[in-house]
Amino acid sequence: MPESNRGFSAYFRRDLLLAYRRRGEVASPIIFFVMVATLIPLGITPEADSLKELAPGTIWVMALLATLLSAEGLFVSDYKDGSLEQLLISPNMLVMPIFGKVTAHWITTGLPLTLASPLIGLMLSLPSVAYLPMMAGLALGTGCLSFLAAIGAALTVSLQKGSLLLTLIVMPLYMPIIIFGSAVMQYSIDGMAWSGPLAILGAMLAVAIALCPLAIAAVLRLITIN
Amino acid sequence: MVNSSLLTVNDLRFERDDIPVINGACLTLNVGEILQIEGPNGSGKTTLLRILTTALQPSGGEILYRGQILSECRFDYLSNILFLGHQSALKLTLTAEENLSWTTSELPGSVSIMEALEQVGLRGYSDVPCHKLSEGQQRRVALARLLVTNAEVWFLDEPFSALDKQGVQFVEQCMERHVKGGGAVMLTTHQPIGMEPVRRYSLVGSSVGGGF
Repeated sequence: MPESNRGFSAYFRRDLLLAYRRRGEVASPIIFFVMVATLIPLGITPEADSLKELAPGTIWVMALLATLLSAEGLFVSDYKDGSLEQLLISPNMLVMPIFGKVTAHWITTGLPLTLASPLIGLMLSLPSVAYLPMMAGLALGTGCLSFLAAIGAALTVSLQKGSLLLTLIVMPLYMPIIIFGSAVMQYSIDGMAWSGPLAILGAMLAVAIALCPLAIAAVLRLITIN
Repeated sequence: MVNSSLLTVNDLRFERDDIPVINGACLTLNVGEILQIEGPNGSGKTTLLRILTTALQPSGGEILYRGQILSECRFDYLSNILFLGHQSALKLTLTAEENLSWTTSELPGSVSIMEALEQVGLRGYSDVPCHKLSEGQQRRVALARLLVTNAEVWFLDEPFSALDKQGVQFVEQCMERHVKGGGAVMLTTHQPIGMEPVRRYSLVGSSVGGGF
C-alpha cells in the first residue's frame, strides 16, 4: 500500500532529520550510558572477576534508563506545536506514521547504544565470547524498549512533567526484556547456548511491532479528544 | 442535488467537565462561502473548529458532509479539509521548505513549495531554520500551506494573528480565490474582514458566568 508507506517514510524521515538537527540532545543518552557504566568499576571494584558478574545486569539497566531518558520527547513536541493534531486529523491510518516515529527513535537511541556497548563491555571486562550475544540482544531488546516507552510517552503527552510518571508506567513492562536480555549475556559467559533467550527477545520484538503502534494510536486519540 | 450545502451542523453540543461549552450550534457552510465564527473569548470558537475537524468528539448533535453523516464518510471528508490552528504545526529546527514538504507531501498541489514561499514573501528564506524567523514570518510559512493544498474546506483559527497589513491582505486574497474556485472557508477572527462574501455566525458564550 503506497498510501501507508508514505505515512511511514514521511514521519520516519522527518524525525531522523529533526534528530540530526539537534545531535547534541540525541547524543546525551548515549553519553549517559557510557559514563554511568564507567562509574561501576570506579565505585564498586576494578577486579575483573567481580565485574564479569555485574556486567550483564549493569549494561541492561543502563540501556533501559538511557531509552527512558529520550522517550519523553517522542510525542511531546508534536503535541505542543500542533503537528500531532494535524496527524490525528489526517485521513490516513495513524499506525504507519507512529511506526515511523518509533523506528526513528530506535535508530537514534537503541542502535547507537548497541554500537557503543562493546566500549562498556571493555570497561566491565566482559569476556570476549559475550560481545556478539550482547550486541544481538541489545539490538532486539532496545527495539522492544522503544516501542514500550512510546506507549508511556503517548499516555503522558498532555502532562507538564510526565517523565517520572512515564518511568513508573513503563518500568514494569520492561522487566521481561531485562530478564531475557541479561540471560543472553549470562548464558554466553557461562558457555551455554544463548540462542534461546535471544529468540524470546526476537519474539517479544515481533509482538511489540505488531501491537504497540495500535495501542499508541488508540492512546493518542483518547488523550487528545478530551 | 438534494443538499447543496457542503457542511451542515445540527444542534451540536460539547461539554467539558460537565460545563456546556457549545450549546446547540446549528449552522451550514455552502460552496463558495466564507463563514466567520464570532463570539467573545471562551465562547467555543476554537472548540467548534476542532470538533468540525474531528480532533474533538462532540457530546451531541450531528455533522453532515454533503448530506452524509460524518462517521460514514470520514476518509473522504478528512481528505478534503485543511485546518490551520493557533499552533502552527511548524518544526522550528527544520527549514521553511522542509516544514512545508512534510506537511504537504501527499498533495499533488498545483503550486510548488518554492513558488508558495515566494508568494508569501519568504523568497530566499527557504533554507533558513524556522527558529531564526520572526513570529510573523513563521506564521507566513504556516499560511503557505494554503497555496499548496487541494483541500475543499478550510478551517482557519485566527489566521490573521501576528500578521502585518500585507499578510492580512494575502490571506484574504487566498480565501477569495479559494471560494471562487468552488471551495469554502470557515474562520474565527476578532478582526473585521475587508472583503465581500462573508457570512457571520455568532456563538453565544456559555450560560455559566457571563459577568460582562
